[in-house]
Amino acid sequence: MKRYLLTIYQPDGPIPPPEFLEPIIENLARLNDDLRRAGAWVFAAGLHPPDTATVVRAREGDLLLTDGPFTEGKEHIGGFTVIRAVDLDAALVWAGRLAGIVSPLAVEVRPIQGDDAA
Amino acid sequence: MNANAASTADVERVFRAESGRAVAVLARVFGDIGMAEDAVQDAFAMALARWPEGGLPSSPVGWIITTARNRGIDRLRRESSRADRHAQAALLHAGGEPAEENAVDDDRLRLIFTCCHPALATTAQVALTLRLLGGLTTPAIARTFLVPEATMAQRIVRAKAKIRDAGIPYRVPDTPELPGRLRAVLAVVYLIFTEGHSASDGTGLVREDLCVEAVRLGRVLAELLPDEEEVLGLLALMLLVDARRPARIDAEGLPVRLADQDRGAWHQGAIGEGLGIVRHCLRRNRPGPYQIQAAINAVHSDATTAAATDWPQIVALYDHLLALAPSPIAALHRAVAVAEVDGPDAALAIVDGLAAAHAALREHRVMHAIRADLLERLGRPGEAVRACDAAIACSGNEAERRVLARRRAALGGH
Repeated sequence: MKRYLLTIYQPDGPIPPPEFLEPIIENLARLNDDLRRAGAWVFAAGLHPPDTATVVRAREGDLLLTDGPFTEGKEHIGGFTVIRAVDLDAALVWAGRLAGIVSPLAVEVRPIQGDDAA
Repeated sequence: MNANAASTADVERVFRAESGRAVAVLARVFGDIGMAEDAVQDAFAMALARWPEGGLPSSPVGWIITTARNRGIDRLRRESSRADRHAQAALLHAGGEPAEENAVDDDRLRLIFTCCHPALATTAQVALTLRLLGGLTTPAIARTFLVPEATMAQRIVRAKAKIRDAGIPYRVPDTPELPGRLRAVLAVVYLIFTEGHSASDGTGLVREDLCVEAVRLGRVLAELLPDEEEVLGLLALMLLVDARRPARIDAEGLPVRLADQDRGAWHQGAIGEGLGIVRHCLRRNRPGPYQIQAAINAVHSDATTAAATDWPQIVALYDHLLALAPSPIAALHRAVAVAEVDGPDAALAIVDGLAAAHAALREHRVMHAIRADLLERLGRPGEAVRACDAAIACSGNEAERRVLARRRAALGGH
């Protein structure tokens, strides 16, 4: 089995209204239930907006803290899911469902190191 | 010296013809494409050392597969002792399954689908297909696509690493996803063919080796998936177009328009085969875009002179094609047929309408070249010259530019 990180990218800007977000959150909960039932769920989380972020760097024994995200861009990571799948095709099926729920947001699929191929 | 002694050229011929088969089998054996490729290269290096003296084995591909498997396992044993987890996994994989030659066809099909996986960029799909299935060397592929060898090598290495690390499966897709995945495979093969046929950026007009390779891949697919009409349609399309290759280029190396080609120079064997496949597809009656394009080319092949072409039939086929797979380029080619049926003024109205609707066409040399032709026939040489100039400006191919310049000169001092 391999594990894959599914990352949801979303544009910066105001948070959409609850009536828009509620059905999405419901569908995400259903997807997570299905992932668990299939034995494919590893971890899933939605993130607070990037302006809540703190960047930490170690320089010559000192910790340097920066307020805000690592990179200021037009998009940020809104949330992520880690799944277990037999191969990329199986992972892409789950990623496709996730992309359908958060459409038109993009979902990036990346393999996690150290896992054996099926 | 042995009576069967093989020359270096013989070994190279076997490599070009059989390395795809061997890589496909060993990719299954080792569960890793990069490892399979290395093992096959090792085996051919041994063949180069042995065959010239000892002669060709009775089954060269069988010898290559067995040798590559043994060499690969040796290499894995050495690496797995260094606690390389990947090598251990591959060794475990290789231990269980003997390389059976009768499974070769399935292996090649699996390899084609892996190389053309939609998670790989089209450029990577094309490069991998030519490298792994076609047995082309990286320098040859780099030359063909006019990119530096290091760039092509990096592209291939990256694609193979992605297949391994992302877990792109080595299998034929299940029935529900097969049609979509097959479309991607056919698109890659056709792209290789059209790149060879029209050489969009090169100085020459035709890169013969690419056309030959695409037809060969088309044959492999047709042999492996004989019930897929579009696979047959693509093979027929390539055969019929490729049959005109001897007439497509004049003594100066410049392209000759279909209407002006010496039809006696067309390759009758390929035409006969292509027409046979088109008729078979017509009986199956499950049309698709490649089959219809093959049928359009079959109508051209049937005409003994350009004037004898059944243009209404070609317009009808383009109508069918556009209904199944709308594309502005196909609509443009339909307009050329309309010019023969309804006259150049009707065709020009269609072309101008298409150019107004599709910004990409306004930068397309074919659109401007067709306009130049239609305007000339309508007795509007000044506008024809301007259209010719626009076509020259849009062409990336030196030979094409020279033909357009010749036509422009023939239009006189307008």
